[in-house]
Amino acid sequence: MRALLLALLLAGPAVAQPAAPNWDTRPALAEAPAFAPPLPAGHSLSNGLPVLFVQKPGVPLAQINLLVKTGSVDDGDLDGLADFAADMMDEGAGEYSALDLADAVDFLGISLGTGAGLHSLSVQLHAPLSKLDEGLALMADVALRPTFPEADLERVRTSRITALEQRRDEPRAVAGVALAQALYGDDHPYGRLGLGEPATVTAISRADLVAFHERVLRPGNAALVVVGAVDWAGLQPKLEAAFGAAAWPAAEAVPGVTVPDAPQVGPRSVTLIDKPGAAQSVVRIGRIGAARSTPDYYALEVLNTILGGSFTSRLNQNLRERNGYAYGARSTFEYRPAAGPFIAYADVQTDVTAPALAEFFNEFEAIAEDVPSSELAKARDYLALSFPEPFATVSGTAAMVGSLWLYGLPPDTYAEYTTGVQAVTASDLARVAHEYVDPERVDVIVVGDRAAIEADVRALDLGPVTTLTIADVLGPAAE
Amino acid sequence: MRRLLLALLFAPLAALAQPAISVDYERFRLDNGLDVILHRDASVPTVTVNTWYHVGSGREQPGRTGFAHLFEHLMFEGSGHVPEGAIDTWLEEAGGGANGSTTRDRTNYTTDAAANGLELALYLDADRMASLLDAMSPESVDGQRDVVKNERRQSYENRPYGMAFSVLGQTLYPPGHPYHWPTIGAMEDLTAASYQDVVDFFRTYYTPNNASLVVAGDIDLEQTRQWVEAWYGAIPRGPEPPLQPIATPTLERERRLVLEDAVQLPRLYLAWHSPARFAPADAAMEALAGVLAGGKNRRLYKRLVYDLEIAQDVSAFQSGDLHSGEFYVIATARPGVDLDEIEAVIAEEIARLQAEAPDGRELQRVVNGVEAGFLDALETIDGFAGKADQLNSYLFFTGTPDYFEEDLARFRALAPRDLSDAALTFLTDARVALSIVPEGAAALALDCSETAVPLF
Repeated sequence: MRALLLALLLAGPAVAQPAAPNWDTRPALAEAPAFAPPLPAGHSLSNGLPVLFVQKPGVPLAQINLLVKTGSVDDGDLDGLADFAADMMDEGAGEYSALDLADAVDFLGISLGTGAGLHSLSVQLHAPLSKLDEGLALMADVALRPTFPEADLERVRTSRITALEQRRDEPRAVAGVALAQALYGDDHPYGRLGLGEPATVTAISRADLVAFHERVLRPGNAALVVVGAVDWAGLQPKLEAAFGAAAWPAAEAVPGVTVPDAPQVGPRSVTLIDKPGAAQSVVRIGRIGAARSTPDYYALEVLNTILGGSFTSRLNQNLRERNGYAYGARSTFEYRPAAGPFIAYADVQTDVTAPALAEFFNEFEAIAEDVPSSELAKARDYLALSFPEPFATVSGTAAMVGSLWLYGLPPDTYAEYTTGVQAVTASDLARVAHEYVDPERVDVIVVGDRAAIEADVRALDLGPVTTLTIADVLGPAAE
Repeated sequence: MRRLLLALLFAPLAALAQPAISVDYERFRLDNGLDVILHRDASVPTVTVNTWYHVGSGREQPGRTGFAHLFEHLMFEGSGHVPEGAIDTWLEEAGGGANGSTTRDRTNYTTDAAANGLELALYLDADRMASLLDAMSPESVDGQRDVVKNERRQSYENRPYGMAFSVLGQTLYPPGHPYHWPTIGAMEDLTAASYQDVVDFFRTYYTPNNASLVVAGDIDLEQTRQWVEAWYGAIPRGPEPPLQPIATPTLERERRLVLEDAVQLPRLYLAWHSPARFAPADAAMEALAGVLAGGKNRRLYKRLVYDLEIAQDVSAFQSGDLHSGEFYVIATARPGVDLDEIEAVIAEEIARLQAEAPDGRELQRVVNGVEAGFLDALETIDGFAGKADQLNSYLFFTGTPDYFEEDLARFRALAPRDLSDAALTFLTDARVALSIVPEGAAALALDCSETAVPLF
């Protein structure tokens, strides 16, 4: 059987063979294309709810995100509350039972999602324009009128606790929990990931969820981000009907937790978590990084691109291409309202765990030395020229616009992105490398086969080594 | 190319009022056989060069499984005029990057850049097609061998339930059938792959006449056509790929297998042979999967997860490839639940669908979801989910690049009865039932299961 079923009729005539080109000179880049990131129009509804609107011509789709500036950091003793509440909001709302709501959403072919982050709660509607009116009505029910039915609540609770138990199977999940703990500890909201623990999820009552929803879902604490091939004049009355004062009386935000910047981690230490027989070791190396508001934002973007933010980054070239220790190695700065973590990470072959760790530290040392100008230029150009990509879709555009609002940044921030990135100098880079990638002050987490790797890891002498079991990290397994 | 407009064969309860979904393109073929498609979409200033070679793991030889994918990795390691590592460096300077993926039937490459890097992207992609072997060495093979082995560890050995699809494939397809082994291949076969294998594979399959090229994004059609002709036009045509007669695989009877794994929850995989991609009943099986699972009040989800609460999750999907397809139902049990209990409910629900067609609304829900998904597919040009790859995919499987509307028409034309007929035809007792259970909990597997021995 032929692998290729080609129509014999071609749309165009055959083309004459051209002269052989000059392969020795690679084509130069033309002038960088102009790109103006969308600047949302600022509106508000009758209850003061801000609306950030972007008219995006093209595919007949709309993305409408209701964002709320409260998330898991406000959970307090009820660890997992915000995420549980978000999970429950589409389990019955308005006149709809959980099943009826799912049926209505399905039948429209829309997607209606709810979610929580550390600092946010969101209800997100993605719909063909032809289904926008019905979609908005369902979205308003889910956002404003969830019913938290008892039976569904118990079902979801069991499911969430089961999912927490399933983290034991996933070395990456174990490493994530251990790293947050190591970096931020019990007393800082970033020391937890927002999912809660079996005990806290068990303790959360229906009244807690209802009270949480009542406390955070207020027009003064929220914004709508709207992106689509629609005009404002036609859309405004629909938004007003769904989310304006008649449906949602004006109310000021209830002040939430202000997250302090955490102190930097202490001298380098290693936590080795045993996963017997693991084919790879999950390596996570972290420290306290930077807040989104840092004046070093553009310099850090460039620094991280060079260190571990792209395929040609030093960590990936070293661990993957040069040594074959891993399928990939990366690093990231998680910018949050307060300083989030810097994390360098890879899943490495078990028998090269120690040499792989050593290479991470070689790269941390090297990045503080002079970076060649060509490498700096490559990173700046990569960031500047790839910047338009997320704006291709309504959901990507809405996410970009929404994150500025969540961080309290001006809506025209993106207009400066290219300039900001291109202005980063070699001396900026050297300064932030010294300040933010200090290899002496990091927490090293390794989830792997202790029997196979412990001796070699200890021989590296990175610092004190603590050995743990998965149960030490996640608590004892359920009976 | 005229689109075939199928009349709606049954009156939907609430058809979406949508204009026909279509992607404008220009198509031509070079003298060397390379099929070229150009599509302009200037919504953001980026471009993509998407190349499909019509070869995948289904063309491998026993003892060399995983080779097509290993070869995919080598396509980024330098070529006649592009030093090792330069493809990534030069593309990142242009705000882009390069990636590829391998299936049983094809290998695809996406070369992305900002709009000012279009000619560079074409040059880099064409240089590989023209002169990969000029830069290839035994050392480059060795380097990627280690990387691919770590890709396998990350996706198979070190992932919970990671060996499932490898075991299912080896059981559904007999030795000698090209779908018998997983695309990632066996560790020992990756070790055995030689430099000479690379040379032979390139000369046999990596030819312009065994490839198709889609260039899409913020492009000037005339200029792009000239560049494509310049950079790809002089690459010599290769031999025609050898014919590959493939017998349709069948299962004689049910095979029950059990595998212990480092997991908390037992999971049941049921797998049947099903239609190839775009073969008759492929769409019916996809819709059937949607009726069974994929939402709170789909039949299996409602029974297992919502009402009985004996499962943590359940999914169903139809996966059609070039020569045949598979239909899967996968359910993860709650802690300690015997998989026989799960299987009994699945059997009941399948029997119910075989005996009585779903109601019209149930089907319409699925079709409306498919329809909305088609709009999402039109938003992006690049990567493995964008329009460029979709045009190449439609061309490969149907011969028509702009097959969007015809593809959708398959779903619009479904009657509820078609789903029952498809369930009767394909969801027979001849299937593979794989239980993956926690270490030491073999008792939770389906009764009479034999211990699975992963071959790859």
